[in-house]
Amino acid sequence: MAKKVLIADDEQNIVISIEFLLRREGFEVVVASDGEAALVKAREEKPDLVLLDVMMPKMNGFDVCQALRADPELAGMRVLMLTAKGRETEVSKGLGLGADAYMTKPFSTKELVAQVRALLGA
Amino acid sequence: MNVPRKLALAASAVFLFLFVLVAAIHFLLLADVGSGEGAMSAADRNAAIAMVVLAAGGLVWLVLQQAHERYVRAALRMAEELDVVEADSALRVGEAGAAELVALARSINRLAAAREALEHDVAGQVRAARVSLEEERSRLAALMADLNQSVVVCNLDGRVLLYNQRARDELSGHGEMAGDLLGLGRSIYTVFDRSLIAHALERLQQAREEKSDLTAAQFVTATRSGRLLRAHMSPVLSGEGAGATLTGFVLTLDDITADNERNARRDEIIQSLTEGGRGPLGNIRAAAEMLADFADMPPEQHERFLTVIRDEARKLSEHLETAAHAFTDDLRARWPLEEMHGSELLVAAARRIADRCGIAAKVDSDDESIWLRIDSFGLLQALSYLAGRLHDEYEGEIREVRLALSLSQSRGERLAQLDLIWLGGSMNNETAMSWEVDSMNASGGATPLSVREVVGRCNGEIWFQRDRASHRAFFRISLPVTDAPKKLAGDGRKAAPGSRPEFYDFDLFRWSAASRALDDRSLFELAYTVFDTETTGLEPSAGDEIIQIGATRIVNRRLLSHEYIDQLVDPQRGMAEESIRIHGITPDLLVGQPTIEVALPVFHAFCADSVLVAHNAAFDMRFLQLKEERLGLRFDQPVLDTLLLSAVLHPNQESHRLEAIAERLGISVIGRHTALGDAMVTGEVFLKMLPLLAAMGIKTLRQAREASEKTYYARIKY
Repeated sequence: MAKKVLIADDEQNIVISIEFLLRREGFEVVVASDGEAALVKAREEKPDLVLLDVMMPKMNGFDVCQALRADPELAGMRVLMLTAKGRETEVSKGLGLGADAYMTKPFSTKELVAQVRALLGA
Repeated sequence: MNVPRKLALAASAVFLFLFVLVAAIHFLLLADVGSGEGAMSAADRNAAIAMVVLAAGGLVWLVLQQAHERYVRAALRMAEELDVVEADSALRVGEAGAAELVALARSINRLAAAREALEHDVAGQVRAARVSLEEERSRLAALMADLNQSVVVCNLDGRVLLYNQRARDELSGHGEMAGDLLGLGRSIYTVFDRSLIAHALERLQQAREEKSDLTAAQFVTATRSGRLLRAHMSPVLSGEGAGATLTGFVLTLDDITADNERNARRDEIIQSLTEGGRGPLGNIRAAAEMLADFADMPPEQHERFLTVIRDEARKLSEHLETAAHAFTDDLRARWPLEEMHGSELLVAAARRIADRCGIAAKVDSDDESIWLRIDSFGLLQALSYLAGRLHDEYEGEIREVRLALSLSQSRGERLAQLDLIWLGGSMNNETAMSWEVDSMNASGGATPLSVREVVGRCNGEIWFQRDRASHRAFFRISLPVTDAPKKLAGDGRKAAPGSRPEFYDFDLFRWSAASRALDDRSLFELAYTVFDTETTGLEPSAGDEIIQIGATRIVNRRLLSHEYIDQLVDPQRGMAEESIRIHGITPDLLVGQPTIEVALPVFHAFCADSVLVAHNAAFDMRFLQLKEERLGLRFDQPVLDTLLLSAVLHPNQESHRLEAIAERLGISVIGRHTALGDAMVTGEVFLKMLPLLAAMGIKTLRQAREASEKTYYARIKY
């Protein structure tokens, strides 16, 4: 069965590419365009992995990550955070809040796929 | 006649006198014994002897009286005169009496003359010393006034002894109603937190005790108006060497708000360039990789990725543009550029070129309104450097250059064109280019920068151009035009001509506020706030209100006419016609003025730590006190009333109106019936009264208050 990935990002222009890429790579893809929607979709769809952007309207990626980690039902979910800032302090904060990995924009799509596969053990 | 001779004569005279007397008596006695006939009777003989004795006694009396007059009385008179001479060295003792006493009087007078000369000399020296001290102080005041930094000097109690205009502008806060928190003799703690200063002082003290190298302490603090100041505190020491003690401190202040803001802005630019670029770049990269990696995608998908790339590239460009603009503005702010009138720059450049390069330079400016914001020194160097290269290149063939300034428009922005023009000579672009980019150092210039760098610093561009038809060649420097500079803030408070600003008072070093209660302090050394109010009418209890407050300060017997409040107040009610006639303040003048709720706290802060002085103070105090409860303020300072003090000084005068008193004390009255004008007159009157009161034995605040309370006027109720 195909693994399910939730893309949480308000930037349509990156979602287009990632969505296209992951579908081609054989994943099932769900998209949320703000923090609150991401949390709802995560609970509904129970994806195997969430690609979580830090800067999002309504609720930022850190808060979403914290909420996901606080929910015992979502225990096995992997979280890969994406950021456009790339400060070391930010990376450590994301990892501290429970993210499994961190990628800084601009990233190579090949690396992204490799990272996703590694996290899902697929 | 010398003394032994006089003594011998006197002795001979006494001897002769006794001899004659004895001989006469003897002769009379013998005459009795000698003949029986024709001789005197016994009675006749006795009478004759008595006559002789009487005559001798009379003669002795006469001689002694003369001697007493000439020796004893004359000496006593001289002693009395000498007492007067002691008091007034211009007087002399009379030279009368015996020759010896006359000689003594002459000696005394010589001594008196010598003393007078000495006193005169001392007075002259004191005067000269005072003049030179005064000069030094004036020089110091002028120096301080010009200083580009705020300086405040305080004694250990935090009393301000000296400050400059800049400090006053910076610390008194911004806006009309900020009032003067900084003033001579005032506490610095009204401006700065006490613990900050105490901590810095402690560090200085400690450093001195430990003989460490720390000679100044620093702290950063915020003013009431929210500006950031970096304060540098250095100690004021009295005494020499290791035994010197700390008696005060100097604070130099820098407003670092602008620096901080500028740094923050610069950080923002850099951040927006680094972090802000990541997002769009990430989107472009992902899309591009999709296009490359999945070439088999359907055309509409292909088109979507291309749109993403175009879209994000445009965003990135806009982003870069904004950052570049911000960076230019930042650069502009960072270089020490100053406003300069365009034609002034040309004239200075022409002079420099003529001096340094031996080339005549003509100036040609068609627009007097051009102001530039430039590094004038650098630009002058650049122009004379170029002229110098021209001169060297053509070995004196070029004898004249022209400097022209004109205005041009480029995409809505006004630009100035500064041209260095010459005739003849055939120069190619490469040579011109090398002159622009060479370090000016290489040919004797004082700066390692190139012409292009200097021009760039002024946010300008430079290029070489040739007009073949007219054989003219020129370097054109294009510079942004700026507005004519505004006048510096604070100018409105410049001193009246001829008067020196009272921004310092070193006598305050001797003050120690804590040591004595106000009551027993000398009237001469107290700080006073002299004030006056104008009101809508005479009955505060019937709702009359203050419409103007004027106040100034007296510190160490000086009226500080530069520290004042002159504030109109909106009474929020109408005014009686009679009162308008008195003060001339019509209701329309009060529209938009602050209300008493705003104005009174400012006045309250202004008179902190001082004794209030007003003419007919009870009237003004009544108005103030009626507001106390509502505004949560207390005017509980001691109050002195010049009306009452006048009654103390001149109980028999009919009038104690301010004009009458001023006239009596020889003060010319100008600007009456404005609150500040009256306050100033009251202050001068008060200053004149102080020595007169002292002569009556009224020397302390307590004595002045008690004397005031005893006068008839004090018993009138207001």
